[in-house]
Amino acid sequence: MSGLHQDGLLQQMTAKALRLNVPLNVQLDLTYRCNEKCVHCYLDHHDHGEMTTAEIKHLLSEMAEAGVFILTLSGGEIFLRKDFFEILEHARRLMFCVKLKTNAVLIRESEAAKLRDLDIESIQISIYSHRPEVHDAITLLPGSLKRSVDAIRFLKSQGLRVIMANVLMTANMGDYPGVRALAEELGVECTLDPTVTPMMDGDRSILKLNVDRDSLRQVFRDESMVGDAEEFCAIAAAPGEDELDATPCSAGHTACYVSPYGDLFPCVQFPLPTGNVRRERFVDIWRHSSAMNEVRSIRIKDLTTCPSCPHVSSCTRCPGLAYMEGNMRGPSSQDCEKSFARTGVPSANMLAKARRAANLVQIRAVPARAAVPQAGAMA
Amino acid sequence: MSMLYVARNPRVAARGLDGEMMIMSGRDSTLFTLNKTATILWQNADGTTPLSEIVERRICSEFEVEPAEALQDAETLARELASHEILQISEHPIPRPASAGESH
Repeated sequence: MSGLHQDGLLQQMTAKALRLNVPLNVQLDLTYRCNEKCVHCYLDHHDHGEMTTAEIKHLLSEMAEAGVFILTLSGGEIFLRKDFFEILEHARRLMFCVKLKTNAVLIRESEAAKLRDLDIESIQISIYSHRPEVHDAITLLPGSLKRSVDAIRFLKSQGLRVIMANVLMTANMGDYPGVRALAEELGVECTLDPTVTPMMDGDRSILKLNVDRDSLRQVFRDESMVGDAEEFCAIAAAPGEDELDATPCSAGHTACYVSPYGDLFPCVQFPLPTGNVRRERFVDIWRHSSAMNEVRSIRIKDLTTCPSCPHVSSCTRCPGLAYMEGNMRGPSSQDCEKSFARTGVPSANMLAKARRAANLVQIRAVPARAAVPQAGAMA
Repeated sequence: MSMLYVARNPRVAARGLDGEMMIMSGRDSTLFTLNKTATILWQNADGTTPLSEIVERRICSEFEVEPAEALQDAETLARELASHEILQISEHPIPRPASAGESH
């Protein structure tokens, strides 16, 4: 009776969940309120009616029944909820594999010890620089770097797995090696995300904080980050039929996102409304929402521009960012930029845009004097 | 052979998927899956039912195996699961901790 298997399991279980339409992985934001006011944040921090403790516990029970295994609790700042530990205890009682995302400013020794006792899988903490003047200027909370780093030490002393998450933007571009060194000193993992995304309401003004193409290229060629730069920056082989028949990402397939107000979306970066768990059962939205099923129906070969792109096999295209650009089957320009910075080869979308821009030059050829009265008439 | 009791370790994360359990060790986040037989053992490991009774009532009836052979295999499996801190085993009934949970 040999009953235990280990190798390559997460992939196998994800493939099985995909086949059985099981939401293996859910991010639940407990609040959008936050004690930091990060300049690049995509959230509206006002409380528009968060789910109550009872509602969240009920939702967790529904999610356990639906087969959710990995539960990421995030925000906003999760420790601003006075019932946070009550929710976490309930989640662990239901035997979820719990991951936390926090700025850790409110974690001291006692909170770290409680988290250890509750056997969370990992805790991800946002660190934008190793220098207080840079980190605190991004969080707009004086002293925040010190408090977050102190918290990391408390968590490490409890033996917890800590991951430092760094978002790269113009304000901290030069500091990612320092953040990595800090992570090494603290004995924790470190991730780097080079993408500032639009706000959930569609406001794209914060995209100006994104690093420019040259900076991105520099990061993608930094072998301390990517390993073998030549291999990392190579253009992938043309896709086979299987790859074109694959799903674009896990959003809506084995993963989804629930907001503090009970709205269920395919992903935290994919604000397509599919239903609300205050009005319908979680599993009913997951299985029967027409919006969710539309997302689920899309294969890479169905995308508008991407199947003919040289980067289709290696692109990090985010369907949510594409949706926020106006078409969930379209390209995600920010990922086109990343593919271009990585390889030096423009994406099919970039070439198409360039052709459209070239056509617009002919419109500009209309004499300027003729255009002025029209503009004045509109005003 | 002495009486053996088995209990699910509440420190792990666990979920059923298509009749098999996914278990993540609380010790080091290693992921395991249990096959259908091991899943039956896990689901019935309440700390108070002897392993021999679980084997007789839940495994022999399901899989047409000799009780003695099945019990020996189940003991081996239970000890392996215990070595990964997935199960707790004891020669005495295991009290249920306040935070212990049910898996789905």
